[in-house]
Amino acid sequence: MDRLKTLLFLTSVVILLCLPALSQTDTPLGLVGDAKPVIESPAGPPSVEAKDTKNDDGSAIDVSWQLSADDQRLVTKYQVLRSRSAAGPFEVAGETTKGQHTYTDNGVKVGDSYFYKIAAVYEIKSADSTSVTGKGESQVIGPIKPIAQWFNMRRLNVLFWLLVTCAAILFYIMQAKSGKELYVRKIAGIDAVDDAIGRATEMGRKVFFVPGIQDMDDVATIAAITILGRVARICATNDTMLDVPVSKSLVMVTARESVREAYSRVGRPDAFKEDQVHYVTDDQFGYAAAIDGMVMRDKPAAMFYMGGFFAEALILAETGNNAGAIQIAGTNQPAQIPFFVAACDYTLIGEELFAASAYLEREPRLLGSLKGQDFAKGLFLLAIFLLLILAMFGINWVTIMDVS
Amino acid sequence: MKREIPLIITFVAGVAFVLQYFIPHYPFSRFENIFSDWFAIVGAFAIWLGALSLIKLCLLNISKKSHDWPISLLIIVCFLSIVIAGAIDGFQGMNNTPATSFRDPGTNFDWLYQNVYTPLSSTMFAILAFFVASASYRAFRARNTAATLLLFSAFFVMIGRVPVGDYLSAWLPERMQLSHWANWLMAFPNTAGQRAVMIGIALGTVSTSLRIILGIERSHLEG
Amino acid sequence: MMKKYHYWIILVALIIVLILLPKPLIVSPTVSTTITVLLGLALVVVLVLTLRGHMIGRRTVFLFIGVSLTLPFFMNFRMPIKISPEVQTLYDAIAKLPPGSKVLAAFDYDPPSAPELQPQAEAFMAYAFKHDLKVIIMGLWPQGPQQANMAVAKVLRQPEIRAKNLRYGVDYVNLGFQSGNEFVIQRMGTSFSGMFPRDIYNTDYAAIPLLNGVENFSNIDFVFNLSSGYPGTVEWVQIAVDRYGVKVGAGNTAVQAPSVYPYLSSHKLTGLAGGMSGAAEFEKATKEIGKANTYILSQSFSHMVVIAFIIIGNAALMVSYRKPKQKGA
Repeated sequence: MDRLKTLLFLTSVVILLCLPALSQTDTPLGLVGDAKPVIESPAGPPSVEAKDTKNDDGSAIDVSWQLSADDQRLVTKYQVLRSRSAAGPFEVAGETTKGQHTYTDNGVKVGDSYFYKIAAVYEIKSADSTSVTGKGESQVIGPIKPIAQWFNMRRLNVLFWLLVTCAAILFYIMQAKSGKELYVRKIAGIDAVDDAIGRATEMGRKVFFVPGIQDMDDVATIAAITILGRVARICATNDTMLDVPVSKSLVMVTARESVREAYSRVGRPDAFKEDQVHYVTDDQFGYAAAIDGMVMRDKPAAMFYMGGFFAEALILAETGNNAGAIQIAGTNQPAQIPFFVAACDYTLIGEELFAASAYLEREPRLLGSLKGQDFAKGLFLLAIFLLLILAMFGINWVTIMDVS
Repeated sequence: MKREIPLIITFVAGVAFVLQYFIPHYPFSRFENIFSDWFAIVGAFAIWLGALSLIKLCLLNISKKSHDWPISLLIIVCFLSIVIAGAIDGFQGMNNTPATSFRDPGTNFDWLYQNVYTPLSSTMFAILAFFVASASYRAFRARNTAATLLLFSAFFVMIGRVPVGDYLSAWLPERMQLSHWANWLMAFPNTAGQRAVMIGIALGTVSTSLRIILGIERSHLEG
Repeated sequence: MMKKYHYWIILVALIIVLILLPKPLIVSPTVSTTITVLLGLALVVVLVLTLRGHMIGRRTVFLFIGVSLTLPFFMNFRMPIKISPEVQTLYDAIAKLPPGSKVLAAFDYDPPSAPELQPQAEAFMAYAFKHDLKVIIMGLWPQGPQQANMAVAKVLRQPEIRAKNLRYGVDYVNLGFQSGNEFVIQRMGTSFSGMFPRDIYNTDYAAIPLLNGVENFSNIDFVFNLSSGYPGTVEWVQIAVDRYGVKVGAGNTAVQAPSVYPYLSSHKLTGLAGGMSGAAEFEKATKEIGKANTYILSQSFSHMVVIAFIIIGNAALMVSYRKPKQKGA
């Protein structure tokens, strides 16, 4: 019996000695009493820094810290704790994953003072899915007051180029107003507008004008409506039917007014019909399908695609090509330009779309703005060339300009 | 006054937008949000103008028995079907606890979306594959030096962007394989061209915006 | 003599048979090779006809494209996929994210673009869920969040992911669609909850555990944008990257991809998966092989056919040059 007792005692001792070894899993977790996990707390971040976020409206504070010594071993996340007083209570302003040492706190109000501390947190889920955490906190720092700035210094370079471009445009507009002759290069696509409509008149067929799928908040659509005015005037003069299917209601309203005005200007307000400019659908491919159907039924002699286009560009242009129409396109979407080039007779590439109205109107002030735009482009090219040379000598001007 | 008021609104909104980009301080910081809210509200009302124009045109076509009047009838039937389905689901959803949306899976609207709208839209997009082929057949012809360069670029990109390119050029060193050529063409000549066009467009946008803000360009308002 | 509608009846019957097949029909490699050779020979015949002066119409081009897109679905070919540098960059950025990182997945596309973008969405979702990334879904396109729900539902059926017992609101959340295009991104820079006061199921922002502490982009570790147009990757780069400094990686349709390359080389965009080939590469990088790896064979075939027609088109051009010369001689 004694032997059995001794054996039992020795077995218990061995099991007890083995317990720590058994509990050494990947996580420093121990089993005590009723199996509730007790976990180790990581060391807090050794230092914390907080400062007002630059170039903002005073609604943020940048907080940064040194990683906890246990960052790789124990830490699962960091909590950014914020309070209005050094003594607390602190609330969680935000969290970051381990390895991260910066956080922008956007939950602050301009003019108020704040105190911060960072908690390195070790969190695991126990068997009953409740979280168990160990925390190591840093020292409290503060007070920090967020301040609203009156100028965003990061945009200084944008302001510089904007002023240069605007100054150049305004200078040439004034020159044009003073009566100086300005040369504007020929744009084949715009020159062909009259011929295309003339062809439609001769054939007694319709002209289609498609102003893209963007809304009136897109400059390309505004440029398209400007060109539409000119197209409508020629159509009204020639008594050619103009059809303008649109995909946005606001574009419909604006385009309708523009076409109405154009008909009135040439003294034919009675020839204008409201339904010439009609809404089809907002849906991209529904719009393309509807126009394709109209084109195949009406077989127009001329088609204009001006404005913002996406994947529907080629679907429209290929159908127009199949219908045998003269096609003139212009878009500000670089990805769609190759499709239009492949399927249309003339394509206005990028900026030519914006130049079209000035070119068509021949109004000195508009031509002046074109000249200014070209001058600014020359300056850009010069700057690119200079920066290229600097980059070849290892001077990265972009990082110098990035005032953050 | 009919023309002056839009010009004044354009000028004020344009200048406000420019200022808010550079000045983060209140009240400038709020401008963009306020104006975008206004635009969304005006746009929401304008949707009805579009829908009414569509219905009016279709009804006119039907009453006149125009040559494509059955299509107009189909448009009205489709329009009403989706609106009614959405409205029924929406009202039913409001009575459910918790409230459900007409877009939720299992609704009539969702059924129409999944089984009518999705296949129709996908079909239209798929047509692009056929049109790319016919446009390539017609456009990529070696008429002159520029067109020949375009032709070779198209050849390398098209063959190099699919695995068959590497399959055919596997015997060549890594840096000579077709995918490498395609990547090079996309990363350098394509990017250079795209950037040039983008700079031009950006300047054109600035110039046009300035003309609109200052009221020099007003043909979009008066034809 | 076959009448026009007979062709339609045959075509529709063929489609119905293919749909009703209990198992996808896959032919053996030998049959696949034979079909490929036959297709090649047919193209050679077209070339010879063109050189003899018989010009082909666009319907012939459409027929060949249709055949070259359809047949590979029944073929048993596998082609080696090489990961391009831009997809590798995208994968590296996602792979670097530690577990628990919050990723914003912006679904800015609709069903038409789904064949190219849905495989990318599924590969991304599967990878994110397997690696314990917390995913916040949103859309600037009305149909985007629905596409996201479809991707999530599909990957949640994977046994490895199902075993994780992922919970909506804790491991992932769908904020739904918000109108306003780029202004939404702009306003998210200051407040997510301002733009999305409720999620797609009408749950209050504050009541969703995953969004606890998510104020704006500074609480987001990575943005993955799937885009097929406007608003899309360009807007995310111009606003989220440029103004708020968040990292953005993207998946784009092939039509859209070339226009975002400038942002790639300037390191504003952290990786790009472009079109079907990008999707197949992304699937390979994430080891989440899906539909794109099957579809890429179709794309390979159709690209080869387009190249063949470019050659035929140039042959037609040669013939047109020769004709006047012969006349003059």
